[in-house]
Amino acid sequence: MDSDAGSLLKVGASAEKYFHSVRLLPERCIGCVSCARHCPTEAIRVRSGKARITESRCIDCGECIRFCPNHAKTAVTDSLEDLKNFQYNIALAAPSLYAQFEKNISVPSILAGLLKLGFDKVVEVARGAEIASAALDEYLKRKDIKRPVISSACPASVRLILVKFPELIEYLSPVDAPVEIAARIARAEAVRDTGRAPCEIGVWFITPCPAKMTAILEPIGVEKSELTGTISMISIYGELLKAVSTTAKAVPGHLASSEGVGWAVAGGEAAGLSDTKVLVAHGIHNVSNVLEQVAIGKLNDVDFIECLSCAGGCIGGPLTAINRFVAENILKQRLKEMRASEAEGCAELIDEEQISQALRPKAPIEPRPALKLDDDIRVAMQKIEMIDDMQKRLPGLDCGSCGSPTCRALAEDIVQGTASETDCVFRLREMVRTLAEEMVNLSAKLPPSLTHESMNKESVGPVSLKRTVNEDKKWIGG
Amino acid sequence: METEEQGLLLEFPLEHYRFETAGEASSKIKQVVRQLGVNAQTARRISVCAYEAELNAIIHAYGGRMRVKVFSDRTELEVTDEGPGIPDIEAAMREGFSTAPDNIREMGFGAGMGLPNMARSADEFQIKSSKEKGTWIQMLVRY
Repeated sequence: MDSDAGSLLKVGASAEKYFHSVRLLPERCIGCVSCARHCPTEAIRVRSGKARITESRCIDCGECIRFCPNHAKTAVTDSLEDLKNFQYNIALAAPSLYAQFEKNISVPSILAGLLKLGFDKVVEVARGAEIASAALDEYLKRKDIKRPVISSACPASVRLILVKFPELIEYLSPVDAPVEIAARIARAEAVRDTGRAPCEIGVWFITPCPAKMTAILEPIGVEKSELTGTISMISIYGELLKAVSTTAKAVPGHLASSEGVGWAVAGGEAAGLSDTKVLVAHGIHNVSNVLEQVAIGKLNDVDFIECLSCAGGCIGGPLTAINRFVAENILKQRLKEMRASEAEGCAELIDEEQISQALRPKAPIEPRPALKLDDDIRVAMQKIEMIDDMQKRLPGLDCGSCGSPTCRALAEDIVQGTASETDCVFRLREMVRTLAEEMVNLSAKLPPSLTHESMNKESVGPVSLKRTVNEDKKWIGG
Repeated sequence: METEEQGLLLEFPLEHYRFETAGEASSKIKQVVRQLGVNAQTARRISVCAYEAELNAIIHAYGGRMRVKVFSDRTELEVTDEGPGIPDIEAAMREGFSTAPDNIREMGFGAGMGLPNMARSADEFQIKSSKEKGTWIQMLVRY
């Protein structure tokens, strides 16, 4: 792991409970609320001038990385240095990687570039995607499953379900993610070809997103990930750019089909399915929106929903180097060429064994009770009433100056004891004004003895107050 | 001595044809029960009841309101509207039966699943309706 990982800010009492790839670089954070306002699970609060992530709510989607103007949000991934710890290293190239290079740089030349960076072997994740498509097709034929089946390929979307839509856990597809399938095959092949022990082989995913890193260290549904680690796409982009531009040599072996490579863009996974009613949602807020509709039963006639946290699909990942529209254009052109050269009906047959492996029964998935206000339901009820009362006192501007993303969130934080009413600048101003008025009123009050005397002469109380104020003004002006 | 049971009362006005507000009441209710720690499946049933009731009033009634009482072991939803009433409740309870006008169906609503969905999602379901006066629905979901 990156050596500076230790200096990253880990926050919250439950810091040890969940691993997260997304972290804050405190020295870069200026305490603005951009990240907090874009977080789909309201996991971020700015406290003491720094953005803090509530571990139980973070889904590692990387929206905060995308929106931080100071690049204070980062993703912890492994680095090329970590390859030293293994005898033999395999790079898993995501199809989104092919979208990071101009179309005239061929896929084999990108793969060869990775070898130059120190890997012993390169495997296309798109091969895993082909198997995942076949497995999903098989699964959707079953009559006993809850529909719509929700894709589990995007780890951030899966975590969104765990945090915000636990009622939909049973709708998740049990098919392994393409990268897991590719890793399993790659490791097994390497063991066979090199005679080394599985533990001597490092299998690294060149990742476009932080959620994949989290998925390896804290897998959901499977006991242990097949991967060793991930290396952020953007962190090796410069070196890889140099390596590919000077390499024309092709990597031997069969290349993945357009069906597998297509998974990098939104709609690619659904396109691999035969004869099904599908919906595609990309962008984490859209994913949340579509899940909301599934939850109220409005999409029962749909067979499959592809959910991708990043707008545009994996090519829009926060750890990619190229603008997502430019990447989409490149990938679509590549796909067009691939389809033109792929002869009809001679697609490689997919091993039945691999399909059943990808579909094997998985461990039950536990929801994350991130919303519950209290273990005692009666106390929770009181808290809801207090939150409602508090919310009515707040201005409702959702300005974020208090460090909470919305006025409602601040009201919750106040009731939960992690924020105070004076954190709201508007409430504070009101309080100061009330206090000032009270001070003015108090200053007008005189002891009964004096009041009695003055009443005998002329009423001086309020007049003297006016004078004081006027004198003050003069003094300030002068 | 009988003590008053602790609970939360949520009230929502429902206005005819205000589709832009559809779903607001049900998602607020769902958030509240989730914050109380009600399990996900039960919270989902409550929100389906609320959503269908909300939508029914918006489509068919001239106006109405939903009163939701959340207790520690159950949620009660009561929807009262002033509307045309349901002439044949038995027919309305059949899946696919709808009296929604074409323009509403064109918007993707009015599939005739409202009442059956409510009845299926609630543990107790009662409905009373009188012609030209309105409809009253009471639902109860236990945790």
